[in-house]
Amino acid sequence: MSKSNELQFLSEQVIKGRLSRRDFLGRATALGLTLPFAGSMLSGAVMAAGPQKGGILKAGMQGGESTDSLDPASWTSQVQHSFGQSWGEALTNVSPDGQLVPRLAEEVGSSPDAKQWTFKIRRGVLFHNGKELEASDVVATLERHSDEDSKSGALGIMRGIESIKATGKYEVVINTTEPNADLPFLLSDYHLMIQPNGGKDAPDAGIGTGPYKVTEFEPGVRHRAVRFGEYWNLDEFGHADEIEITVINDSTARTSALQSRQIHIANRIEPRIVQMVERIPHVTVQSVSGRAHYVFLMHCDTAPFDNKDLRLALKYAMDREDMVNRILRGYGTVGNDFPINSAYPLFPEGIPQREYDPDRAKYHYDRSGHDGPIVLRTSDVAFPGAVDAAQLYRESCAKAGINIEVRREPGDGYWSEVWNNQPFCTSYWSGRPTQDQMYSTAYISTADWNDTNFYRDDFDRLARQARGELDEAKRSDMYRQMALMVRDDGGLILPMFNDYIEATTDQVVGWDPHPMGEMMSGFALSRCWLTA
Amino acid sequence: MNLLVLKLIAQRIALGILLLFLVSILIFAGTQILPGDVAQSILGQGATDQALANLRREMGLDDPAVTRYFNWLGGILQGDMGTALSNNRDIASSLWGRAQNTLFLAFWTALVAVPLAIILGLVAVRYQNRWPDRAISGTTLTAISLPEFFVGYVLMYFFAVKLGWFPSVSTVYDGMPFADRMMAIALPAATLTLIILAHMMRMTRAAILNVMQSAYVETAELKGLGGLKIIWRHAFPNSVAPVVNVVMLNLAFLVVGVVVIEVIFVYPGLGQYLIDHVAKRDVPVVQAVGLIFAAVYIGLNMVADIVSILANPRLRHPK
Repeated sequence: MSKSNELQFLSEQVIKGRLSRRDFLGRATALGLTLPFAGSMLSGAVMAAGPQKGGILKAGMQGGESTDSLDPASWTSQVQHSFGQSWGEALTNVSPDGQLVPRLAEEVGSSPDAKQWTFKIRRGVLFHNGKELEASDVVATLERHSDEDSKSGALGIMRGIESIKATGKYEVVINTTEPNADLPFLLSDYHLMIQPNGGKDAPDAGIGTGPYKVTEFEPGVRHRAVRFGEYWNLDEFGHADEIEITVINDSTARTSALQSRQIHIANRIEPRIVQMVERIPHVTVQSVSGRAHYVFLMHCDTAPFDNKDLRLALKYAMDREDMVNRILRGYGTVGNDFPINSAYPLFPEGIPQREYDPDRAKYHYDRSGHDGPIVLRTSDVAFPGAVDAAQLYRESCAKAGINIEVRREPGDGYWSEVWNNQPFCTSYWSGRPTQDQMYSTAYISTADWNDTNFYRDDFDRLARQARGELDEAKRSDMYRQMALMVRDDGGLILPMFNDYIEATTDQVVGWDPHPMGEMMSGFALSRCWLTA
Repeated sequence: MNLLVLKLIAQRIALGILLLFLVSILIFAGTQILPGDVAQSILGQGATDQALANLRREMGLDDPAVTRYFNWLGGILQGDMGTALSNNRDIASSLWGRAQNTLFLAFWTALVAVPLAIILGLVAVRYQNRWPDRAISGTTLTAISLPEFFVGYVLMYFFAVKLGWFPSVSTVYDGMPFADRMMAIALPAATLTLIILAHMMRMTRAAILNVMQSAYVETAELKGLGGLKIIWRHAFPNSVAPVVNVVMLNLAFLVVGVVVIEVIFVYPGLGQYLIDHVAKRDVPVVQAVGLIFAAVYIGLNMVADIVSILANPRLRHPK
């Protein structure tokens, strides 16, 4: 047998379970292969063999609290997001490359003006309690989240909906108040898990149509679920027999658990320890550049930031490369002062990257006529390393002759007292499923979270037009204009998009990074599988 | 004589209950003056004015404080602690699960640490200023001088990551087999033992050394008793009061003060439960946990007082 044939044979043996991973690596190195290469060859072979069923897939995650609930309307953190994507399902999903993926809705169609949307509901899908999914459940779910009293995290998305009707046992028609070409994307939101009768009877029962059935829910400690045998798509989802999330909020404890193989997946690996984690032999670091970003926010209507030259000066005084290298340790990409990056569909290509330019900053600063220190408020809760980032920014501004006074605020109350209240502060944004959603949430005049007080009628008009435009070329041109308006006139300084960094042990196969969010956008537990 | 003792004990208990009542007022008042409000904290970054107003109305945050205090106290006396504002779960049942975990860890730690500390203290006295004394004092003082998270990480690194003897994640859950549970708490219990050992050991040593100068100890020596026997039979019973006091303080610490250990070993105890709810301004939970912590402190100190009264006849006749 030639060397490569023998390796082939050996990898097949591993997949069939006749040879352990350790033995494979031993024999492969005996054949003269270096260890990393043998490892990657094996994972390639395992991947090619397709998903294996079985085992208990365990994740250790930051972002769970004893105040958590199973009611999807209340979800805010990563643990709830990942667990929710395992037991619940939305009408649609978005694939890593930004395409719409049908889930509980088999087919989506719209009227030519993009105001009426028809969703064909998949037949024969069962809830965990044995009841069949019907259009009425979908309608009830969407109604519950549209209610102003619901306190649902998806309320903002539902605002533009005029009516939701079941027009058959398996058909739902949604009318929007204004044309909205993004509606099917928006309904992929993880709060919009379809529940029996919309969860109106028992919002936190934890019953959905997802690939896993909730067996244990101990908030802030441990969540467990077992494969739902009658799930409609067991080829793609639900490979492990059981899944378990242990809430490990301490970073060192999470890494130790991964190192001692008590868990298979850990989320939120801090950039400063990534290199150390990479050195653990059986661990792979998974990073993906996502849509989340760290921001410095100026209020465009408050002095001195109501002066466009001052805003430009502060934008040119930002050393983005340095931020990415020192705050993110390279696990991120530079921003260009508009909240969209190439992870979004219809990303406007070719907008020049804004560079650090102290001379230009000084030119605009002098033109603004401003004098004296500018107060920048920050806190550790704004984003990891926010206080350091503010200090770095102070240095780079000093080189342009701009005097920044960094004021550190308590983390307690930062979101109520500082963010969206003070004229210049640090903050973060996680991404949104579409460009429109990002702009509608934080940049149009009527947005609740317009945290740069950016009020421009022509921008609002463009946003409304783009939302209803079904022609992609026209649409992406509108998005380019909007990006330029925010970039050149807005109050947003966006130095960096941060990567999501996770780590898996060598037993985890099927990891497919997703720019929409952590843990493969929440699908890691239902889509990955375990190898021997 | 016995009646007198009973009366003294009854007084102590009554005093404890009164104290607990006063503490309940303090806790209630304290949570009222916390900055921010529950509605704001629950909704966090995503709060709109409309949602805030809805939530405040729903949670009855508009009632006057005195009404809310008596409603709350009445509920607790009937075993009803209400529901958590943040996730609508019944407080009493979630709290009881967490309290069981905390008590489980505290019990096994105490079972190891208290006898060990006292024995080490006795040995240190017996070999006072010789190498066993120096070794015991040196190691225990080193352990207490290091921050607890550091001791925890060191033990985790060697015994969980390098040697793999124990799990580094100590999550326990309902229905976990007893042996697994003991394995899970091995490292946090060891860390806590190292932290409370020195305190109790030093107090035992000092208290006994204090009475070792007494005439009756000299008498015991003169009648020819051996070193450890004098300490155990004559010196220790007379120095039990300060030792019990320190032991009780440390037991109270094991129940109310171990949140750092809970976090690094991922142990689902009361501390983490309290902190999560403080961060969300979940007032009913904070009040309930606060009251339990106060009850633990007051209760254990009461036990210490009673033991002292029983052990020391002089305390039975207060001037």
